[in-house]
Amino acid sequence: MTIADLEHRVGCTALIPYADAELSGAYTSDLLSDVMAHAPEGSVLITLQGHRNTVACASLAGVRAIVLAGQRDAPEDMLEAARSEGIAVFSSPLRQFELSWRVAALLGMGGV
Amino acid sequence: MIPIDPNASPSALLELIYRLKVKDIMTGQVKSVEKDTSLREIQRIMRENKVSGVPIVEDSRLVGMISVDDIIRALDQGYIDSPAAVHMSRKLVVLEDDMPVSFAISSFEKYQYGRFPVINRARELVGIVTSRDVTSGLLMEMNRSLEEMERVLNLQAAPGPIGQVKRVFLVQQFDYENAGRASTELKKILQDRGVDRTLQRKAAVASYELEMNLVNHSLGGRLIFHVDDEQATIEAVDQGPGIPDLAKAMTEGFSTANDWIRSLGFGAGMGLPNTKRVADEFDLQSAVGKGTHVKAVIHLKPRPGDKP
Repeated sequence: MTIADLEHRVGCTALIPYADAELSGAYTSDLLSDVMAHAPEGSVLITLQGHRNTVACASLAGVRAIVLAGQRDAPEDMLEAARSEGIAVFSSPLRQFELSWRVAALLGMGGV
Repeated sequence: MIPIDPNASPSALLELIYRLKVKDIMTGQVKSVEKDTSLREIQRIMRENKVSGVPIVEDSRLVGMISVDDIIRALDQGYIDSPAAVHMSRKLVVLEDDMPVSFAISSFEKYQYGRFPVINRARELVGIVTSRDVTSGLLMEMNRSLEEMERVLNLQAAPGPIGQVKRVFLVQQFDYENAGRASTELKKILQDRGVDRTLQRKAAVASYELEMNLVNHSLGGRLIFHVDDEQATIEAVDQGPGIPDLAKAMTEGFSTANDWIRSLGFGAGMGLPNTKRVADEFDLQSAVGKGTHVKAVIHLKPRPGDKP
């Protein structure tokens, strides 16, 4: 799947313009240490943490896109940081579980 | 009033108020007038120069002062056209230009004046000091000292032996604005050197955790990077408060972070354990009341016994 699929197939709203790129995985967490330690390179991060430190952490971990679940808003300084780091930011009314489930399907991860 | 206690302030500030002289912060080239000048004329000078006090001189020697209060009283009681000499305050508290700024601060504390005339050794009027001059003078000097500190740090970062990189970053407590900046810099250094991505990630994890520890828990400190072909060393050195129980601090899930730090997604008690997990060498020293020194080394060329 690619970043654009988050907008067109998962139902997220892009908060800033983005360059489309392949997503190799996904990670769902609200603990930045956990994201730092385990989010795969080139992945999308599904989180409730909408602030600029999420961007710093994502950038270090090689995360390409952030989805803020539960219609959380992103402050301007977060979006500004994301623009300069080239990280896409989306918002969605869906909760983390459903977002994760939809993204997993697009990543071709089957059932148990 | 100036909110600085000359007896109990941080030592850097105390050093500043004793080192700086009154002449460094005063407004020079003061508009002064002879003592036969009328109060009406002085009122015009105050308005045009946007000042609230005018020193009265006799052959450039200070003899008195007219403040805006004196002018208001003159207007109220109808003697605005009389000369300054009759109504000026003669009991003057003056500062000397060679006195340290701490004297000026104590004088504002002790006397209820809004300004003090400044004289030199020859007792000539050379300037005037308001509380605003003190605060802006101190701020400018602090700004200058900080620039100097940054310059010195950059000097330390000057290229060492070929192939080695050293960088020092000052990290402030609760500075979420800049948090992660130092670690991003380290990651770029490693990227530029063509270091393997897995190793880049390990170094980024260690660096970010240590940087966030400084932001979340320390009273401020430094993050120091040494990179050469063999290894990347990340050191976090802070000025306190120190860790009372090292074993607890190394336990995953243990954290002293408060609720608002946690609400930002930090304080999960994973920082030090994460750092140790990714590091090939790890060392933690801490003394309560003094500070903490953490060192994490990532081997860039594999050595026997390294973690996978």
